[in-house]
Amino acid sequence: MRVVLAEDLALLRDGLTRLLEAFEFEVVEAVDNGPALLPALIKHRPDVAVVDVRLPPTFTDEGLQAAIAARTEVPGLPILVLSQHVEPLYARELLSDRNGGVGYLLKDRISNVAQFIDAVRRVADGGTAMDPEVVSQLLARREPLAVLTAREREVLGEMAEGRSNAAIAAKLFVTEKAVSKHINNIFTKLGMPPSDDDNRRVLAVLTYLNG
Amino acid sequence: METRSWVRDGLLAIAGGVYAVGLAITNLPLLVVSVVALALSPVPFLGLALLPWVTDLVRMRANLERRLAGRAGVAIACPYQPPPERALPGGWKRFRWIATDPATWRDLAWLVPGAIVGFCLGLLAVAIPLYGLEGITLLPLWLYLSVDWYGYGVFWPIANFSEAMLSMPQGVLFMALGLGAAPWLLEVNAKFAKLFLAPTKAADLRLRVAQLTETRADTVDAQAAELRRIERDLHDGAQARLVSLGMTIGLAEEMIERNPVAARKLLAEAREMSGAALLELRNLVRGIHPPVLAERGLDGAVRALALSLPMPVTVEVELPGRPQTPVESAAYFATAEALANVVRHSGARTAAVSIRYSEGLLAITVSDDGVGGAEPARGTGLRGIDRRLAAFDGTMTVSSPPSGPTVVTMELPCVLSSPKTSPSSGTV
Repeated sequence: MRVVLAEDLALLRDGLTRLLEAFEFEVVEAVDNGPALLPALIKHRPDVAVVDVRLPPTFTDEGLQAAIAARTEVPGLPILVLSQHVEPLYARELLSDRNGGVGYLLKDRISNVAQFIDAVRRVADGGTAMDPEVVSQLLARREPLAVLTAREREVLGEMAEGRSNAAIAAKLFVTEKAVSKHINNIFTKLGMPPSDDDNRRVLAVLTYLNG
Repeated sequence: METRSWVRDGLLAIAGGVYAVGLAITNLPLLVVSVVALALSPVPFLGLALLPWVTDLVRMRANLERRLAGRAGVAIACPYQPPPERALPGGWKRFRWIATDPATWRDLAWLVPGAIVGFCLGLLAVAIPLYGLEGITLLPLWLYLSVDWYGYGVFWPIANFSEAMLSMPQGVLFMALGLGAAPWLLEVNAKFAKLFLAPTKAADLRLRVAQLTETRADTVDAQAAELRRIERDLHDGAQARLVSLGMTIGLAEEMIERNPVAARKLLAEAREMSGAALLELRNLVRGIHPPVLAERGLDGAVRALALSLPMPVTVEVELPGRPQTPVESAAYFATAEALANVVRHSGARTAAVSIRYSEGLLAITVSDDGVGGAEPARGTGLRGIDRRLAAFDGTMTVSSPPSGPTVVTMELPCVLSSPKTSPSSGTV
């Protein structure tokens, strides 16, 4: 799989490249600043992009802005955003085109190599990968969750992080059937009728992001 | 409604007129005792003891006048110099403090003219409506007493019934005139008092210096405490964890040949430790300067904050640029503290933040639909906000009646820099 990488710290950029290549990704371009990112994404149309939120020259949220801009240009372009801190606000902006294929992780998560690579693959496949910290921050908000039971909230949390039904079942020690039942309840309670659209999972997460 | 408030203002002002007349009369005995105290001041012991006491009395009277002027819509700041340290009652230091303050002499100079003006205007404010009242009640009175020598308004004396009838509309006219004029008369009185009782330019500057010294001391204290906290947090937290992380990795290095299973376990431990160290650093950074504030400014930071609160918070921002970093930071932390108070104490279901900028003033209001009864004097949180804002000449006002709603208004004078470019959305 082809990857475009954006990270300003050389140490981390090289480390990420090495890590990704060890798991048979091909890093087609690694940029170290914001303005170079958008052209690189549009030129290569990678299978997945791994992008740092804060990039030169402004050291604000250039990476995030470039990622959002690239997704308007190339709809559904899979992008995994890495950050030193997580803000539900940024997660909401990333997901706002309702297309899936986005991830938003703390840089800390890279150290758990297997989980990190798993997240990259999930995003590349059009899934979502939200950092557990974003999810827990969202779940801490009582208001929009009032309609769900405690169990359904748990399931939604796992779903928001990007886990599959099987993975959720394993994590919560229930059967896969029970998980899909919970998920159906969640969709019903949030007013999302059955459809062929896989992105109902994204929509459910987004509902919470929008509070 | 408007008529009613007009009448109420008038009636209040008439009552104020009565009050002003009474107060004006007290000026004369105050002047007498002041003159006596001044005359006696060369007398050993007695003079030094008497003069401060008399000055206190005069200042109480002057402060009362300042408060009344404030109520009439003329703000008069208090001009006195702060008392020196270790000034014993009756001591020379205290005497010098009083004698060298120009406000002392301006107070004294005001006593006589203030009495005359206050007495005349107060009397006028009472007399006009009273005369109107007389005209209104004259006809029934006239009939009841059946005397024929009475005169009112344009008819001296009133000779017949139709002339007596006319006294009533005249009375109404006088009454209306009195009601309308009374607030104005009180305002004129207040403006006259301001000539004497407001701080001179020099006193104003002196007060400003005193205030700046105080807020600067507060800021320096707060910053020193903050630095100590950061140092301690780093030292006890992240630093210690990194040392232990190094040790664990070193140990794993030693063991990797002999006992790969144990080494692998140690490495997993090391990874967890690095995660914990990162978490601590992240929380520390958030406390010093939230990253989202650096990235998105006040707008984004407050929106992100609103998202993290356990209640719906409406955020409205009209900010054409970014204030300087210290001001922005103060505004953010003040807003965060106000919102934290809402979550902790108000029992509110929803809250709203509005941030606006116009003509050099950044105005932030945080309101909620909670139980109210917030008391800035009691809550350390609200006092902390006040001190934080005071460092930038900002102010905070709290309106919190017992059954709510609570509205905290914070205002910060500042200039904005480059116009912002990032998009913003409506409700969070």
